[in-house]
This record gives sequence, structure tokens and C-alpha cells, in this order.
Amino acid sequence: MSRVKELQKSLFGGTTSNARQFGMIFTLVAIVLLFEILTNGLTLNPGNLISLVSQYSYILILAIGMLMVIVAGHIDLSVGSIAAFVGIVVAKVMQDYSLPWFVAILVGLAVGALIGAWQGFWVAYVGVPAFIVTLAGMMLFRGGNQFIGNANTIPVPEGFRVIGAGFLPEIGPDTGYNNPTLLLGLVACVAIVIREWRGRRTRREMGADVAPMWISVIRVAVPLVVVVFATLQFAGGRVGTSFPVSGIILAVLVVIYSFITRNTAGGRHIYAVGGNARAAELSGVKLKRVNFMVMMNMSILAALAGMIFVARSAASGPQDGIGWELDAIAAVFIGGAAVSGGLGTISGSIVGGLVMAVLNNGLQLLGVGSDRVQIIKGLVLLLAVAFDVYNKKQGRFSVIESLMRPFRRDTPAPASPAEAEQERGKSPVAG
Amino acid sequence: MSDAPVLLEMRSITKEFPGVKALSDVNLVVRAGEIHAIAGENGAGKSTLMKVLSGVYPYGSYSGQILYQGSESRFSDIRASENAGIVIIHQELALVPGLSITENIFLGNEPRRGGVIDWKTANRRAAELMAMVGLEEDPDTLIGDIGVGKQQLVEIAKAFAKNVKLLILDEPTAALNEDDSQHLLGLMREFRQRGITSIIISHKLNEIAETADSITILRDGQTIETLDIKADGVDEDRIVRGMVGRELHSRFPDHTPNIGEVFFEVRDWTVRHPIAAERLVSKNASFTVRRGEIVGFAGLMGAGRTELAMSIFGRSYGTYVSGQIIKDGQEIVIKSVSDAIAHGLAYVSEDRKSIGLNLLDDIKTSVVSAKLSKVISHGVIDQVREHRAAEDYRKSLRVKAPSVDDPVTTLSGGNQQKVVLAKWMFTDPDLLILDEPTRGIDVGAKYEIYGIIQRLADQGKGVVVISSELPELIGLCDRIYTVFEGTITGDIARADADPELLLKQMTSVKKAQRS
Repeated sequence: MSRVKELQKSLFGGTTSNARQFGMIFTLVAIVLLFEILTNGLTLNPGNLISLVSQYSYILILAIGMLMVIVAGHIDLSVGSIAAFVGIVVAKVMQDYSLPWFVAILVGLAVGALIGAWQGFWVAYVGVPAFIVTLAGMMLFRGGNQFIGNANTIPVPEGFRVIGAGFLPEIGPDTGYNNPTLLLGLVACVAIVIREWRGRRTRREMGADVAPMWISVIRVAVPLVVVVFATLQFAGGRVGTSFPVSGIILAVLVVIYSFITRNTAGGRHIYAVGGNARAAELSGVKLKRVNFMVMMNMSILAALAGMIFVARSAASGPQDGIGWELDAIAAVFIGGAAVSGGLGTISGSIVGGLVMAVLNNGLQLLGVGSDRVQIIKGLVLLLAVAFDVYNKKQGRFSVIESLMRPFRRDTPAPASPAEAEQERGKSPVAG
Repeated sequence: MSDAPVLLEMRSITKEFPGVKALSDVNLVVRAGEIHAIAGENGAGKSTLMKVLSGVYPYGSYSGQILYQGSESRFSDIRASENAGIVIIHQELALVPGLSITENIFLGNEPRRGGVIDWKTANRRAAELMAMVGLEEDPDTLIGDIGVGKQQLVEIAKAFAKNVKLLILDEPTAALNEDDSQHLLGLMREFRQRGITSIIISHKLNEIAETADSITILRDGQTIETLDIKADGVDEDRIVRGMVGRELHSRFPDHTPNIGEVFFEVRDWTVRHPIAAERLVSKNASFTVRRGEIVGFAGLMGAGRTELAMSIFGRSYGTYVSGQIIKDGQEIVIKSVSDAIAHGLAYVSEDRKSIGLNLLDDIKTSVVSAKLSKVISHGVIDQVREHRAAEDYRKSLRVKAPSVDDPVTTLSGGNQQKVVLAKWMFTDPDLLILDEPTRGIDVGAKYEIYGIIQRLADQGKGVVVISSELPELIGLCDRIYTVFEGTITGDIARADADPELLLKQMTSVKKAQRS
């Protein structure tokens, strides 16, 4: 193992699934710095950061669900339409029945769950490919949105707008910063330290090699610097603004879903199904249930994203959510998920989504027209995945490693001849 | 027959793969107008030899000479050998289900006029060819709508459309029923009358003895002998002797079995094929396993051993028709894989890579994957316990990997197999069904796997081993069942087990069934 790889492994945990994240984090940092220079400091200024988060939080929420769908080996094209459909339903019930906003949110989530059960049923129990089911859903719920809303825009009341356009309140002593945001930053810092400390303890209990102390210091120090910087920026914006509520929702979801995908049986099963469905089935995984849950979960998150968007724009309209599915899918693939399923992480997808968001935002700040922004985003997606495919063909995963290749001689080991030479054909049930 | 001119001679063919010599100095002489059989156990090199002949392994990738019609041939690919009139029909038919019989016959070889397919000629010739092979169907019928036996005839018609001189059939009757098989063999005899030469590879030795004129026997990649069926008076027994004639030396760890009472019993297990519902892949199969016993299942490819095992293991194959499972004196009902695991069953599949492992996983994830509940507390996977469990197996099974965090793809076949074994040992099974546990792994690793199997039996577990290697079954098992076309045809104790007896039982319908 080369030293670069060793370092990468100890810094990032280094299994194949998150190796691409390594490259993406650097890409993200590079893009941020590039735009920071090109825009003369506009990119990282508090106002821009705040609008960046509130503008992209719903796409990133979709990316969480989409990651799980893609890991399980499916796709969901209907999320934009579902978001729009739920948005209009929620706006309508608040307008017509004057439901309180928090009840309306529950209604929205329930509608999302119902839609998810519908799609999950077709995918998991009937066996219609998710591509088809959700393509149908895309049309179905887009039409449903216009049917219910009469193709009109319906405004939502003030209280509801908090989830999309709200900020942490200004409370406590006058520190020149938004106090709750400072507190949030502090909590994040403590969490980072505890996480690393517990990670080391776990490794020790396993009797596995514990990374040297200086690696742990780097692993803690770098995120801490980022968090402290972000906290001060978010807390130091225009009075009345701070870290957006939608950003908090996103952060909570990221923490919960990262935990589920990594540390629970349900999460493991999603990866198992996507990695090798037949093997998973023969290991006792309930294939249908996993597929159903994944599709249903996606629709619930789409419902949430739709409501946040409606809250932010203060009204639900017939054009909401168009193209969101593509942004979410792009985020997941840029973030290192495999097209064939079985690989990918929540955090990777978030990084992938942020790359797209910063790119979009930075180009807009530079005054680049939306035509060219789209062209650039398309190329970035293509290159990111092409790079991954190329690396896989070479049998390696890391960015830096591939730059070093000309200096190394080893070639990937050939497939075992004994297995290539079996007389008994490839049918899995011969025998 | 032996005075006919030689059509094909393969001289000292040697084909090596990295680390393995698949063919070593093999010679084959086929005379014009004869039916020449090639026999040998699985892995003897039959298919490799045919791939050399047909250009799948191009000239230059092997050493030796191919003399065809009197001159040396150097085929660069299948197309080149087909142009010379050598057509091979593989066991997995190469037909397109959604196209018609005519379209399949001329696929890639369409009669054209001015760049456009000449359907008139195609239909006329298709009708001729179909008459020739005795296929009575509308030429516009889709391939997917006719049975396997007729599909085989379409393959042969397709070969004739290419102007075949030497027809090679790889296990042509393996998937056919008795009638279709007889028709096909009759057809081959008809072709002989017309002067067409055929090579047939078959496990069904009675068919060879009845149909072929001469036979070449391969064993371990070497030519053992070539016999004239009539002149040498060759019968099934004679072929078997040639196929298995090797010495069994100590390829197995010493082991004294400690066998207890019967604890697992399957009664009258009957299963339908998942698609062809009229076909039974298992017919009234009954067997028993004792504690501490290693029970072998011998049978040819397609005999239904894997199907039987997978069907018992949570109805993972085919459609369950009838049958009972009795464990520890009580009938148990197993409807899903999770039921099976909960009842202490484990099934290690024959195909490690496609259905045994998730190749994206690392070692520790694989080891715990069939019983995650053992490492979960309060709904959360305990990484320490997971790691320790995997680490224990890595040491006790001597998996050659620096760490359990390594992906399973970095392991050799033998070590991957140990990981799969660990995965199922981790479920604390009472009965382990191991399907081809040593396939594709080297001799040293095999020895270790045998040791693991014996240790499992010594712990009082029952172990079922399905294997196509007879010496392996004889060396390892305390008792061997033979399976033929879904029926259990024999129950042979270790003391009586010899390859000839086994081969006879697994190739014939003598005992149990001829309905």
C-alpha cells in the first residue's frame, strides 16, 4: 500500500465506498476557494452563505433519500412532482380548512408516506422497475398538482413559512452575533471531538490499530476550523438573519440518516440488496420490504422538501420542483455512489450536492447566464462519474493515486483462471 | 470405420492459464463420417479442448497443432472456424428468444439481395433445414414459444445453414427429456449416413455407448485413451474406468467420525421448475442426516442437487409442491430464508461470486451479514462485537488477509470461500449444506476446507456436501446419496463407495424410477 493511500485511509476511514469522497472534499474546497477569489470574497460572505443554505437545503434533503434509493439499485424520478403535489395539498388544506401550520406539516408528511407506499408497492411487490414507476409518478403527481391547484398559485400563511424562510431567533446578551447560532456551532464542535474520541476508543476495544495521535488531531482540527469559521459567518450576518431553520432540519436529517445507514440492520440491508440482491436474499434479507421502505422513505423526504420550498417562496405553484430529481440524482452520483448500486454514503451525497450548489451560486455571482451554468453543471456531472468509471477500470479509486500511476509498475491482478475455466457454465442453479 | 480418412487431428495441444495447466499434451483424432465421443469428469479439459478447436482460444494462445482436412488450421476466432465448417453447439443455447425460428437460423448469416434480407430464400431454406432436422413447427414461431428440445434442433439447423462439416455438440441431451434425447441421437446417426462428422461431449455414458463410433477419454487435462466402441467392446463400465482411474492419495486430513442419531430428515420433497412448471426438479426426495455426519450428494450437472438444497433452504428455488422437513423429531415449516436460518440451517452456495457474497463488502461485513442480530444491541450495530467476531474467524479459519476491514475482492478464491463459511458458521447452524465447497480453489486451500468441514461435524453438526468431484465425496463423506434427474437413486455408505458404483448410480435410472 502506498503512503498516500495509507494516509487517505487513516484520514477518511478508507474503505472503497468513501474513497471517492476524499477527492470530492478537495474538489469542494477548491471550488469554494476559486469562487472566493473570483468573486472578491462574495462567496463566503455571511449573506451569501445564508442564502446558499436556504436555497439548496431542500435539494440536499432529496439527495439523502435519493442516496438510499440509488444504493438499493433503483432510481426515483418523481421526487420533484411529489414535492409539488404535497406542496399544493398542504397550501390548499391551510387555505380551505384553516388548519394550523404544524398540523398541515403532518398532513403533508402523511400524503408523502401514502404516495411512497403506492410507489413502493409497484416497485417491491409487483416488480415494475423503479424507473418506470417513478416516471409514471412524475407525470401523475405533476398533473395532480395542477388538478388540485387549478394550475394556480396558492399562498401559505406566515407561521408555515418558518420551515423554509425562518432563522434562529435573536435571544440572549448582545454579543454582536446571533447567540443560538453560536451555541449550535459549539455543539457541533463538541460533537466532532467526541466522535473522534469514541472512534479511537472503539478501535482500541476491537484490538485494531489505532491511528497515530497526529492523524486524529488533523481529523479534529480541520473540521473544527471549518465549523468555527462557518459559525462566525452565519452568526455574524445581517441582524434578523442567522443559520436558516431549513439548514437545521437538513443537519438533523443528515445525522439521523447517516446513523441509520451505517449503524443499523436496516441500513446494512439497503447496501446488501444493492450490492448483490440474490446474495442478500439468501442471507435472509427481506428484499421486498427493503425496496418498499426505501421508495416510501424517498417520497416522505420529497414531501418535506416540497413543504420547505413552499414555505420559502410563500406560495405553492404549478412549476414547483421541476428538475429537482435531476439535481438530487446528480448530487448522489457526484458524491461517489455507484450507478449499479451498493456503494455510496449520505455524507458523500451532501458533499456532491454542495459542489453543485457552490458551482451554481458562484457562477451566478459572477453573472454567468443560466444557459452556461447548465452547460457547466452537465459537464461536471459527466466528468465526475467518468473519472470514477475510469478509476474503477484501472482498479483504483483515489484521485491522487491516479495522478501517481505513471510512476508505478504494478498492474491489477488477472482474474483467477480456475474460475474462468469452469466447465459448468454460468447458470447459478446448475447442479 | 477405422479406415476412413482422418478429418481432424489435434496434436499435443497444451493450454495453460496462469498457475493452471488446463490441457497437457492432448491428442485427438477424428475420422470423417464418424460420431466421436469425448468423455471425462468435470474439469478434465473437455470444454477447453473444444474452445481451442473452435477458435475461442485463438491460435497462439495454446501450443500444438490442429490439422483439419489435411492442412494445419490456425483459427483466430469462432468465425474463422465456422467458415471452415466447424460448428460448436454449446450447452447454453445461443438463440434469441424474441426472434422467430427462421430469423434465428440465419442470425448473422442472413441471405441477402442487394443489402436487404431476402426473406423468400430465407423461408425456403429454413423449411428445408427444418425438415432435415425433423422439426415440425411454423418457421415464424418465436424461439421462446418452443421447448428446449426443439430449440436444440433449431441450433442444429442453424449449424447446417452455415454448411457444417464437423458438428460439435456439448452436452446436447443434458436438458432434454427421454424422447427428445432419443430423437436427437437418432438424428446424429442419420447425419452419419450423410457423411457428416460429429463430436459429442456427454456425461450420459449409456448414450455414448449406444451412439458413438469411437471415444476419447480425458482426465486431468490429459488424453487417457481413444477406443473404438465396437471393436473394443466398450460399455459404460469401461468408460467409467477410464474416467476415474486415478489413485486417491491423502488429499484429506485424517478424521475419525463421531456419528450420533438422526436429527434432520427430509421426506418426499418434490419441487417444480420455476418456469417450466411441468418439469419436476426434485421428485419425492427423502434423506436423513445424523449428528456429526458428513453426507455427500453426488450427481451430474443438472441432476437437481442444488435445486433440492436451495428449495429446502427457505424455498429459494422453484415452486414447492410437497414434502416434509423433520428436525429433532419435530416437523418444521420453512417458508423463507430467515425461517431457515432461525431453524439452524445454513446453505453455502456453489457460486460464491454471483450469489454467495456481496463483492462490495469488506470481510467483517460479510461475516456477520447472515445473522446481524448477533452483533446488534438496542437496534445499533456494535462495531466492536462485529470486529471481534470477524477477527475470531479470520484467525481460526486462517483467512489470509491483513485485516477484517479489507474488501473480500482482495482475497483469493480459497480465502473468499473461508469467509463464506465463516458467514454461515456465524449463524450457529445445526445443519450446513455446502454446495461445491471447493470449486475453483487450489489444492492447499481445499485441504484446509476439508479440515473445517470435519471440525464442524465433530462439533455435532450435520454437514451436507454437494460436489461434482467424486474423489472429494469419497474422501470426505461418511455416506453418499446419488441423484439422477431429481430422484435420489442411491444411499451408499463410505465403505462401499467407489467411483464406478457412484457413476453408475448417478447416470442411470435403474433403481428408483422409470415411469
